[in-house]
Amino acid sequence: MIYPYIPHTDEDRKHMLKAIGVDSLDQLFDGLGEDLLLADSVPISHGRTEDEVQRMIDSIAQRNVRGIPFLGCGCYDHIIPATVKALSSLPSFVTAYTPYQAEMSQGLLQAIYEFQSMVCEITGLDVANASLYDGANAASEAASLMIGAKRKATTVLVSETLHPFTLQVLKTWAKGTAHTIRLIAEKDGVVDLSDLASLLDDGCAGLIVQSPNRYGLLEDYTDVASLLHERGCLFAISNDPLSLAMQKSPAEWGADIGIGDTQSLGLSLAFGGPSCGYMAVKEALLRRIPGRIVGATVDGQGRRGYTLTFQAREQHIKRERATSNVCSNQALAALMTTIHLSSLGWGGMVEAANQSYAKAHYLAYHLAQLPGITLIWDKPFWCEFPLVFSDAKRMRKFLQELRNEGIFAGVRLSALTRQVKDELVLLVAVTEKRSREELEMYLAAARRVMK
Amino acid sequence: MSEPLLIDLSKKGRKAYCFPPLDLPRGFEQALPSLPQNLVRQQDARLPEVAELDVVRHFTRLSNLVHGVDNGMYPLGSCTMKYNPKLSEHIAGMREFTQIHPLQDVSTSQGCLSVMYNLLEDLSSITGMSWGTLQPCAGAHGEYTGLKMIRSYFVKKGQNQRTKVLIPISAHGTNPASAAVNGFDVVPIASDGEGMVDLEDLASKLDENTAALMLTNPNTLGLFEKHILRISEMVHASGALLYYDGANLNAIMGMATPGDMGFDVIHLNLHKTFSTPHGGGGPGSGPVMCNDALRPFLPKPDIELTDSGYVYRWDEEDSIGKVSLFWGNFLVLLRAYVYILRMGSEGIRAAARHAVLNANYVAARLEPAFEIPYGKRCMHEFVLSCAHLKEQYGVSAQDVAKALIDEGYHPPTMYFPSLVSEALMIEPTESESLETLDAFIDTMLAIAERAKTDPESLQTAPHTTVVGRLDEVRAVKQPDLRY
Repeated sequence: MIYPYIPHTDEDRKHMLKAIGVDSLDQLFDGLGEDLLLADSVPISHGRTEDEVQRMIDSIAQRNVRGIPFLGCGCYDHIIPATVKALSSLPSFVTAYTPYQAEMSQGLLQAIYEFQSMVCEITGLDVANASLYDGANAASEAASLMIGAKRKATTVLVSETLHPFTLQVLKTWAKGTAHTIRLIAEKDGVVDLSDLASLLDDGCAGLIVQSPNRYGLLEDYTDVASLLHERGCLFAISNDPLSLAMQKSPAEWGADIGIGDTQSLGLSLAFGGPSCGYMAVKEALLRRIPGRIVGATVDGQGRRGYTLTFQAREQHIKRERATSNVCSNQALAALMTTIHLSSLGWGGMVEAANQSYAKAHYLAYHLAQLPGITLIWDKPFWCEFPLVFSDAKRMRKFLQELRNEGIFAGVRLSALTRQVKDELVLLVAVTEKRSREELEMYLAAARRVMK
Repeated sequence: MSEPLLIDLSKKGRKAYCFPPLDLPRGFEQALPSLPQNLVRQQDARLPEVAELDVVRHFTRLSNLVHGVDNGMYPLGSCTMKYNPKLSEHIAGMREFTQIHPLQDVSTSQGCLSVMYNLLEDLSSITGMSWGTLQPCAGAHGEYTGLKMIRSYFVKKGQNQRTKVLIPISAHGTNPASAAVNGFDVVPIASDGEGMVDLEDLASKLDENTAALMLTNPNTLGLFEKHILRISEMVHASGALLYYDGANLNAIMGMATPGDMGFDVIHLNLHKTFSTPHGGGGPGSGPVMCNDALRPFLPKPDIELTDSGYVYRWDEEDSIGKVSLFWGNFLVLLRAYVYILRMGSEGIRAAARHAVLNANYVAARLEPAFEIPYGKRCMHEFVLSCAHLKEQYGVSAQDVAKALIDEGYHPPTMYFPSLVSEALMIEPTESESLETLDAFIDTMLAIAERAKTDPESLQTAPHTTVVGRLDEVRAVKQPDLRY
């Protein structure tokens, strides 16, 4: 019997069983006992040939509809150079695991070192790890870090303007533990930190904010870091890292921790995953950062080489006293980001960020002229902005009309928050990838509906 | 040859990629308001400025300094480094999947939802559980999710005092770490002389404060816990739950199910058992599957098949909430689904049987030259000891591992589990042919022989790589973590 991906012939099996000293494959499973051994095969379908599987997948794929996406909310359709897929598909990168054996993993270790370096450069902070699952999990890891860094602290302050799903992941993180998430309310679309001082007691570990925030708006953190630091609290800022080509970096705001997701730097939409969380910190927090870190050192002959380092923080050494339980991360996605940034350079990153900004403002400016649509707040934004519709019927018609043109017009905020108050809010994202023609198509269809 | 950092090849003005020019109306471009000065970034980041060919050569050369399953045998115990089918890679690259946004209307993403729904159905059948979630991005993330569900289950039952999680000392480090992250107290359970859970120790530690026992079965010695039904009875009699770490499911899939063994909640590692590539350390995927009692506590949203197609369900009040930004590592899920379609019910069973055959064959042939402290009969992997080589010739497990590198093999997992001194944990997987196994075995036997005649050549290995053993103390004392 020939099975896919199993090379054994009948003769091989016989030879091997003899060497082991058993008569049959079944005998190797005697230890499971009669009670547990399945009498029949499990109820899934029979195997298929490569061609049959491809045909089946082709027909499933047809049930996905691709549109011109003006969708964002944590997942953006940016331009990705061809180098990213070509080089990240090199088989040894794809089929290796965590580089435990440094001598035969130097290429992978060096690529991670370059990733860490780029994350440090972009956030302005000192030390970055080798990646985390995604931006939301980077936030819960930041919360864990803060709690661990301050004795007796149990509360983490979190801005209500975080991505709604990130907020949910943080609430799950706190659930059933001694930790508390305390939400800081928004005002006019941005976090309201006017009462921050009164919240910074001994039990408070720190503050997590996000910019661009859940509405796409950019937030101002003037004086926030110094206030937090006076009270022994840490400051974490979550960003879309591409926006950091324009707006102030976490380091420039005085933050201790920079977190986010590198999806906007070389990763496709992919129905939301894999993306790639990152975390960078000030040097003082080096021993508290979660996950893998690669460092450079030398071998016995003085040759430079790379290795996993500061492993005394990690679960395989410290077990229940580790800084985090993370083991596997998003290495291949981090490699894609590294190749993407190597191709773009800082100039390319600034260009992509500036063009996204310009095109988003072009669309926002013209949509705001239409009756029945308002840009909710007059606040600075980057590549995504919130529209509010005058009534639900027109909003539905708007979305449908644009769909008919092959355009996905935006994300309804209520799809994320499941709250009635958000039902008339549409978040529209525009990247450098959207052509002038696509922008004009959007506007033409919008004008037809909203006249 | 070592490879310089790409940043060191930078030359101002050089570009590897050009964006199309901004083509908005001139008037608009000129009138475009700039960001308020207070928000504007001041400091440029240093990124490489190189040509496209520089990028291509740099990463191609780096890839030449990495060993993957496609390069050669990778018997890294506990990680199931099996072959990753090219078909899965091809399908995961299809635009019909890579260009679908996670928040587009469900009527336009039915293909993705059908993959996820059908994968959950197949995983339920394979594990004997009732349903699950695909959100967790890795095994440890699955542990975190499963334990969070257990915590919520007991809180809901008013049994807040159940704060202990029992974990065998031979377990993966992620088990205690995941328990600690969820606020549980970790209580270690001893192993008996045969490498199984010590039932007396377990009995003495199970009480009304116990939330769960976490088990890997087969365990990290590659042995099947023969008392599993008795263990399940004891755990449930105390009112606690039984958690299955699916790291070693490859040994038994299609042959037996964790459900039949009495496990209440389990996590899988799709990157191990279901052949999705390990990617140099991820992305993986760690689905959590559970029985009916725990089902209400699964993360949101669930996926449901209705008359109008697949929909998300957000209304489960007892749900622990979300654990990932979106729906999980979808492209990894897709690859695992392709693998299951390809293998089918007979194929996954055959995979387990041949994984066990290969491990037993290697163990049988290595046994004359190496100690296998817990017996040579095993499931999909086994742990041998180099203690005798260390004692007699000063050759450690690490020396053997490094010598394997010179011969083109990725070494087995070293120094784990700690029950075995100078441990090497070998998991050949079903992918390797008899000829490959024989070559590996002959190499191991030759290394054991060389330990007697030329131990120094092993102690100084590897000799053929771009760097030799690295100074790890220096890496910590003089941190160099970025350019």
